[in-house]
Amino acid sequence: MLPNPNSKYPIPYILHLADSTLILSQRNSEWCGHGPILEQDIAITNISLDLIGQSRNFYRYAASLIGNDATEDSLAYLRTEREFKNLLITELPNGDWGQTILRQFFFSTYQFYLFQQMQNSNDGQLAAIAAKALKEVTYHVRWSSEWVVRLGDGTDESHQRMLHAIDELKSYTGEFFVPADYEKEIGLDINLIRQQWEEKIKAVFEEATLPYPEKTFTQTGGKTGIHTEHLGFILAEMQHLQRTYPGAAW
Amino acid sequence: MEVQDFEKLFQDRIDAEIKIEPKDWMPDAYRKTNIRQISQHAHSEVVGMLPEGNWISRAPSLKRKAILLAKVQDEAGHGLYLYSAAETLGMSRDEMVEQLLTGKAKYSSIFNYPTLTWADMGAVGWLVDGAAILNQVMLCRTSYGPYARAMVRICKEESFHQRQGFEVLLVLSQGTPEQKAMCQDAINRWWWPSLMMFGPKDSESTNSDQSMKWKIKRKTNDELRQQFVDMCVEQVKVLGMTLPDKDLKWNEQRRHYDFGEINWDEFWAVVKGNGPCNKQRLDARNKAHTEGAWVREAAMAHAEKKKNKQLQKVA
Repeated sequence: MLPNPNSKYPIPYILHLADSTLILSQRNSEWCGHGPILEQDIAITNISLDLIGQSRNFYRYAASLIGNDATEDSLAYLRTEREFKNLLITELPNGDWGQTILRQFFFSTYQFYLFQQMQNSNDGQLAAIAAKALKEVTYHVRWSSEWVVRLGDGTDESHQRMLHAIDELKSYTGEFFVPADYEKEIGLDINLIRQQWEEKIKAVFEEATLPYPEKTFTQTGGKTGIHTEHLGFILAEMQHLQRTYPGAAW
Repeated sequence: MEVQDFEKLFQDRIDAEIKIEPKDWMPDAYRKTNIRQISQHAHSEVVGMLPEGNWISRAPSLKRKAILLAKVQDEAGHGLYLYSAAETLGMSRDEMVEQLLTGKAKYSSIFNYPTLTWADMGAVGWLVDGAAILNQVMLCRTSYGPYARAMVRICKEESFHQRQGFEVLLVLSQGTPEQKAMCQDAINRWWWPSLMMFGPKDSESTNSDQSMKWKIKRKTNDELRQQFVDMCVEQVKVLGMTLPDKDLKWNEQRRHYDFGEINWDEFWAVVKGNGPCNKQRLDARNKAHTEGAWVREAAMAHAEKKKNKQLQKVA
């Protein structure tokens, strides 16, 4: 169940972890200053900050393995749409607050069970990053699941909006559990993660009086750089200064 | 006791530097002035999130992005402390927010200027936060207790923001020719609006005398403005940049820098709603509020359901 003691995590996998957290941080940060209530504006920004912190840890580790003057910023700002390996769900537009919350719940729950395994990795660096992130992710799961319950079991309107959010997002959750080639040798028990993830989602959905759609199509591609049309715009905006002024320090 | 006696006791406490607390007797005008000032201050923090939030998605490095996110988040936190401080005077946060959204309550005019380049993140931190801090350091000793205590917390974070802003400019000032030009341009655009942050000249300021007597304020607009000018003239030298005022000159007699005339027509135009971004800022706040209504309603409905379930269990 634990990662094979002889295998190092491959660089593309670390970049995949870094990209997913960065892109979701970028999306969540769009709420900053625009949240439905000041306390929640602060909460979503906090999650955004945690995610960018996680992504920096992954990028720095990847950069140290890549060498050749790679830095966290060269990896985040100078790679292209086809090189990014983030999960598709992270790049989808925020939608309304319900959709943002539900995505966070899906993603954080996945991260939670993933990092539980990774913190025992024989790769000391990744184990440390995962252990640190796990503390943050535990809070993200609690916060987002509470909101899923509140909105699912709130008013008719909020319930309807959550149904819509499930409809928008569910087909992007299967990608968590479809390993890319670079994921196959790393020794994580993805089936266990899937099982734990489904149990948690179902339990929270039940409390939220929301249906869990058993059969949905699975959209994949993010892990290998085949993205939605949204990612190009995210990168164009995010990378704009680094691309306009090559080589400048900030 | 007669009202005059209460007023005398009140003024005696102020003169003795004893803080006024929420349950203490206070003149209506003192209460109103504080509600107006503290809520305006809270609104300024919240609206102030917008011009800087504008650059979060485009911050040029991950470190800068994280710093900027944290900074804008701090401002939301300041908004919360200040709304709470104002609530102790008897106005609800909903009511204050309503006043902001309808345009009845003001916020600092500085946030009605646009942030056009990355260098503006530096200039806003250095100049805007710098000007705000001078005002806020004074307010740490303001006579209303909850406001003074909120300011102590806020000042610690603000001075950190100001240093971060200055550091953004410092890096640009040592960068490529384009970055240097970006740095100077931002200083040029933010300098005069920053001077306007201290408000009208003392000779034109209507609320000043009473506020000084009640020790809500302890320095006049002109005193604070002069202090700011003197400080910035020295700091801009470190950047190797200039301030856009040909009349800036050391005055040996006054032991202060003389500076040029502020464009008061511009000042009043922005106060009255005609600044470059007044409409966008208010629209953004209204949009967030309107689109968040269903979320707030759902949260309340759910809390109510939960409470009823617990009551049923008990019964």
